[in-house]
Amino acid sequence: METSNPYFSPFVLPFVLGAIFLLGICVWKFVRWFKHFDRLQRAIIRKNLLSWKIIPALWEMFREGILHVRIWRKNLMLGYMHSSIALGWFMLILVGFIESHMTPASSHPFWMAIFYRFFITTHQTFPGAQVLTFIMELMLIYVLSGILLAVVKKIYSRILGMKKTTKHILIDRFAKAFLWLIFPLRLLSEVLAASRFQNGGFFTGFLGDLIPPSNEYFLLLSWTLYSCALCGFFVTLPFSRYMHIFSELLLIYFRKMGVREKSERTGYTMYELNACSRCGMCIDNCPLNKELGHNDVQSVYFLRNLRQKKSPIRVADDCLMCQRCASDCPVNIDLMAIRQQERNKHEMDTADNYGYLDTVQPFNAIGRVGYFGGCMSHLTPGVPEAMKAIFEAAGQKYWYMDEDRTMCCGRPLLQQGFNRQAADLRRKLTEMINKSKITMLITSCPICYQSFKKEYKLRIPVIHHTEYIAMLLKTGRIKVRKDDVRTVYHDPCELGRGCGIYKEPREVLKATTHLVKAKQEKEDSLCCGINLGDTLLDIDQQTLIRNAAFQNLMYKHPDQIATACPMCKKAFAHASEFPVKDIAEIVRENLK
Amino acid sequence: MKKIAIIGAGPAGIEAASILASHDCEVQLFEKSADTLSNITDKAFLFPDFSSAQELANKLNSQLLNDKIKVILNTEIVDIKKDNDDFKIIDRDGKTYVADKVLITTGYNVFDAHRKEELGYGIYKGVITSLDMERMIRHKQITNSIGEEPEKVVFLQCVGSRDEKSGNHYCSKVCCVTAVKQAIEVRKQLPKAQIYVFYMDLRMWGQGFEELYREAQEKYDIRFVRGRISEASATFDSRVQIKSEDTLIGQPLKMTTDLLVLMVGMEPSKGTRTLAENCGIAGPYKFIASEGPHTNDNNTATEGIFVAGTAKRPMSIRDTLTDATAAALEMLK
Repeated sequence: METSNPYFSPFVLPFVLGAIFLLGICVWKFVRWFKHFDRLQRAIIRKNLLSWKIIPALWEMFREGILHVRIWRKNLMLGYMHSSIALGWFMLILVGFIESHMTPASSHPFWMAIFYRFFITTHQTFPGAQVLTFIMELMLIYVLSGILLAVVKKIYSRILGMKKTTKHILIDRFAKAFLWLIFPLRLLSEVLAASRFQNGGFFTGFLGDLIPPSNEYFLLLSWTLYSCALCGFFVTLPFSRYMHIFSELLLIYFRKMGVREKSERTGYTMYELNACSRCGMCIDNCPLNKELGHNDVQSVYFLRNLRQKKSPIRVADDCLMCQRCASDCPVNIDLMAIRQQERNKHEMDTADNYGYLDTVQPFNAIGRVGYFGGCMSHLTPGVPEAMKAIFEAAGQKYWYMDEDRTMCCGRPLLQQGFNRQAADLRRKLTEMINKSKITMLITSCPICYQSFKKEYKLRIPVIHHTEYIAMLLKTGRIKVRKDDVRTVYHDPCELGRGCGIYKEPREVLKATTHLVKAKQEKEDSLCCGINLGDTLLDIDQQTLIRNAAFQNLMYKHPDQIATACPMCKKAFAHASEFPVKDIAEIVRENLK
Repeated sequence: MKKIAIIGAGPAGIEAASILASHDCEVQLFEKSADTLSNITDKAFLFPDFSSAQELANKLNSQLLNDKIKVILNTEIVDIKKDNDDFKIIDRDGKTYVADKVLITTGYNVFDAHRKEELGYGIYKGVITSLDMERMIRHKQITNSIGEEPEKVVFLQCVGSRDEKSGNHYCSKVCCVTAVKQAIEVRKQLPKAQIYVFYMDLRMWGQGFEELYREAQEKYDIRFVRGRISEASATFDSRVQIKSEDTLIGQPLKMTTDLLVLMVGMEPSKGTRTLAENCGIAGPYKFIASEGPHTNDNNTATEGIFVAGTAKRPMSIRDTLTDATAAALEMLK
């Protein structure tokens, strides 16, 4: 029966076998990873599996997996390139499937859509046939234009706005070669078919008319090569970066269900690792690449190392944790969490004595708000002094938690893998805060802020002092005058990309001074370099990163730098001839 | 007759000017401020012999009473350009002067202690710099933040020197012995005060320095603690609390003091940095680079432009005067 099937030719076998192989491997991998979800993650999936959340999940899967909206927003050319291959191919499969099933035929094997023009040699007359043919031709041109752009990018990436592209490993190169061959071969096959059977559309038909009718030998050879290219791509796909095609879709689905990274690697992390397409958009803006030429530590390489089960510890540690790559990542992979997971494996220990924690007495706070300066604010006493003046001007009673005995929030320890010590500190501070009966915690240090917000489980709101000041201004509890000093605002990584606070600092600065723009700001701001994320850098390297960030601020020739992080303040103080101030200090100077 | 331009009327500039004038050169001595020797007249006494700074200033200024020296005050030189065999010396207003040879003696400024914010300068009144202390000693008015006689005075060495965070890896050379000198002065004026000096190393390199250091401990009861101060904060009674570690016994310590004196190091002055950059003769830390570490130490990469004194690197007054003499002789060749 099979042999008499008019829609079979031996050349479909590579495709069919490849597709079966791909399906098998993917299902096996996805099931295995899913088994490694932890209990909480699985409970979340079970709860939300068939809830309304599936609608936004499907929408985002289409938007990001097929259309690639985030890449479009970053860079039009890259957006076109990525979406042409994804959307174009998706449409070829979808419309091809519809076309083959609408064609009156004795059977509709699933490969019929792929090799349609070989098996269906006459123009079809079913309703809409011409429209479908037209779409198929258009989509083929669309994909081919994307492939052309990819080739241009390979030769000269700057045309597409990328200074550096990913250095790929062998399997990725093979997979890419197959991918690039598929569509030119499809075009060739369809043109040869058109020249022989006159069944081409506006594009393949036109090209087919330009050449003499092909003989059967060439025709078969071309279609066989097309099938083999597909097979080659399918077989290499699960082991190459193209695994992102399916992993990303599932990742988006799980993320929309509410699944998040844990402090150690789970099956969910495997989906994230495989969802990285190694597009290399994280490379250009990484300060370590730009300023220091460390070109093997960026997230794309870090994730690839993990996927290949070889992770030099240096790569996990050589990172500022400034999150710039995370804001550039079109897949929104939780890059910082994954790097943190690797650092957590250090299980660092120290002979340092944390015994003093027990001697710190919980305190019955007088005020209703608590103020936590943090270790770094103790190195910039101007900041807590300004906050004291602002509390006073607002008539707010407050409890300055760490005025006398400084305690670390634990985040810098955590970032280096001192998990136990960080947990000790968190436990102690939580106890102090709970006993104090404060109703709100205000911090001056964005590192502490992110820590209290994300790593603690406090029952009270935590806000950064810029948010607090913005609130005081809005409610009229303090009044300020506006000076005309040209001020540029530096977004601290931990406050901006870390916690999404961009609006309030700018509101406060607009009310008190003349705010000018930096070259790159908000999500695109640059790390000040003198940070605690990367302990492998020496001071000279940090200074290079700092200088780049400083130059970025000098874009509109300001007369003053404002920031909202004591570390950033200290970093720029040594670079700048003119004042570097915290927002709180500027507000204090302008209090009416 | 040679026409010489000297930029900066500090000890180096004045010493070189008087030697060159006595060898029949016509000297133009430029000074950006309204007065000469501002980096000497802000001191009270000089190490190691406690001689008066004002007397030295007077003596140096008297050397300027020479027909061949023309002192041009309130003139900030920003660029020197080679013009055939001459040099064109350009001031901030664009006015040019002509000379055959140029000597740069633009000197140093002290490190801006505001940059080490953790030490609280400019935030807590009890935190002062060595220059503020020098002024207090000169006026015999050593007081704490509320105008009373201090019970405790703490000196901190290496503020802005040997400090990679502030970008200055080098040693400023004179602060060690200056702190010893000032501590002794404070003791003379405040017999009952407790006086501490926090240090990393004490570099008593000059003649008489080591003896002074020993005397400070034995005769003047000044206590030396090996350790840097990590942070300062205010107490409720407007004193200053410091955190440090006594690294000889390995113990962290906290101390409350009336005065914290920051021994600020030397940095190239603004004039030094401007000329170093504009003339393309910048060395490490934007000091001016001389040709060789052993010989030709007064020559720069540009023939005809010479350099002397703290525009090159931190130096004591004695070394500066010696260096200026050497530069003058080099220019006469």
